[in-house]
Amino acid sequence: MKIAVCVKHVPEGHARIDPGSKRLDRSGEGALNHFDANAVEEALRLKGDGEGEVVVLSMGPEKAADSLRKALAMGADRAVLVSDEAAAGADLLATSRVLAAALEREGADLVLFGQQAEDADGAVLWAAVAERLRRPVVSQAAEVTLADGSVRVKRQTEYGYDVIEASLPAVLAVSDAINEPRYPSLKGIMGAKKKPFETLSLADLGVDAGAAGEAGSKTEVLGLGDPPARADARKIEGDANAAQAIVDFLAEKRLV
Amino acid sequence: MSILVFLEHHGDELQKGSLGVLAKAASLGDADAVLVGGGVTALAAEAGTYGAKKVHVADDASLDPPLPQPRVDVIAKVVADGGYDAVLFANSVLAADVAAGVAARLDAGLNWDLVDLTSDFVGKRPALQDSVLVDVGWKSSPRVGLFRAGSFDAVPTGGGAPQVENVAFELEEHSRAAKIVDQQLEESSGPSIEDAEIVVGGGRGLGAPENFSLAEELARVLGGAVGATRAVVDAGWYPYSAQIGQTGKTVSPKLYVALGISGAIQHKVGMQSSNVIVAINKDPNAPIFEFSDLGVVGDVHEIVPKLTELLQQRRDA
Repeated sequence: MKIAVCVKHVPEGHARIDPGSKRLDRSGEGALNHFDANAVEEALRLKGDGEGEVVVLSMGPEKAADSLRKALAMGADRAVLVSDEAAAGADLLATSRVLAAALEREGADLVLFGQQAEDADGAVLWAAVAERLRRPVVSQAAEVTLADGSVRVKRQTEYGYDVIEASLPAVLAVSDAINEPRYPSLKGIMGAKKKPFETLSLADLGVDAGAAGEAGSKTEVLGLGDPPARADARKIEGDANAAQAIVDFLAEKRLV
Repeated sequence: MSILVFLEHHGDELQKGSLGVLAKAASLGDADAVLVGGGVTALAAEAGTYGAKKVHVADDASLDPPLPQPRVDVIAKVVADGGYDAVLFANSVLAADVAAGVAARLDAGLNWDLVDLTSDFVGKRPALQDSVLVDVGWKSSPRVGLFRAGSFDAVPTGGGAPQVENVAFELEEHSRAAKIVDQQLEESSGPSIEDAEIVVGGGRGLGAPENFSLAEELARVLGGAVGATRAVVDAGWYPYSAQIGQTGKTVSPKLYVALGISGAIQHKVGMQSSNVIVAINKDPNAPIFEFSDLGVVGDVHEIVPKLTELLQQRRDA
């Protein structure tokens, strides 16, 4: 069983958009998107002590290597980073094209995603990747079990649970309620440095530069503005008068 | 301009969120809808009330399970035949996967988390914990757009009966590779939190299941309903039917009171379009404060009983 996990390196703390390029500022410190840690954890759990391999894969700047190293420290076997100037500024469509090319090359039985990107709030990439790979996709996976040639997934929806059986190879997005990701041990962190780590360019994947990054994107940011509403948001310390302050606020808003 | 809207249904009801997007689309140009499922033809007529001129219906037992990929096949076929400028979706677990699949299939741009759209196809999208409102555009046709839950009210447009057209669809091999083998639907009991004007939500910060009585008492004096986060539902403190969030209900009441809720994105998605949000949480750095109108840093166990008492006095007065 070969499992590939797609992970994202996201800016740490409060992200900002660069007003010039209108792209997310990725110059500062970054970290492994915490939703992706659930996907790494699930891949490690599914592999267990059995035969197989967990490959972590990312598209991003060179610094994204830090997040891949963290996944290796958690226990993943191998990492692949697609890093190319021409891949920067990619939207969903361009990103899915590059990731699909990298995943084709891996030929994994199962591809896992976390449920959301913390920085851009994106929660749809897996479905675009699955479409390009022509594989079944299941999102919001709250429980995953492998069977011979198929995977059984408990999907949480607005209405309850669906139990879905999909033939392998398949693409899944796991819910952050699926597990508690482990912290890398010191041994894991040391061991990660010796694990295979490959850095690929778009050319290595046979993806045309015009089909990736900003050039290959079909959406654009036109402008940045201030958000409406909640402009008069207030925050108070809860002292003895907090309850009264809430009543006054509700009365002011004509809610009581 | 011509717009196609994906109508989602559950049981015998069209989803209000997708009807809201349809009504919005009808205000921008010619709006048609696409309805996919088993035994859904009878639901098509209602779409006319929300502005659909034509409803493309793919009604077949093979489409009954709520899986995304067969829907991608149907919508791709409708777009190929109908030449739409935009294909719009109201966010849901199912619709998000359908939208991204359609975008990849048609090689069309997808903008998500939209809260509005102008007649010249500029989308409005809050980003970075809603600290900035981004204007987004498309460099492709059709444009694929996924709207944040609760962005538009489902307001009838006064339209008449729509033209109903059956879609001659074929499913791709990978669209037949997943099947639903079991479904556990949680039926709601009592008044619906989706229709309540005031909702009091409880989270982990309540400390113990029995402390949900704090939320229930407060909801009682406010005349509202009680909701819960996924964390406490998963922990068995409160029933699934009260779960608010990405998985669970989406509410947009006049007032949402969050008790001991951190404001994780999972929950935020389900309640962020509430008119007024009041949050009480002892952690001053809880994300909920970033989108609350009134944030109170303090202990729910001290503040809530006092608040309930004051509101009760006010009612009795």
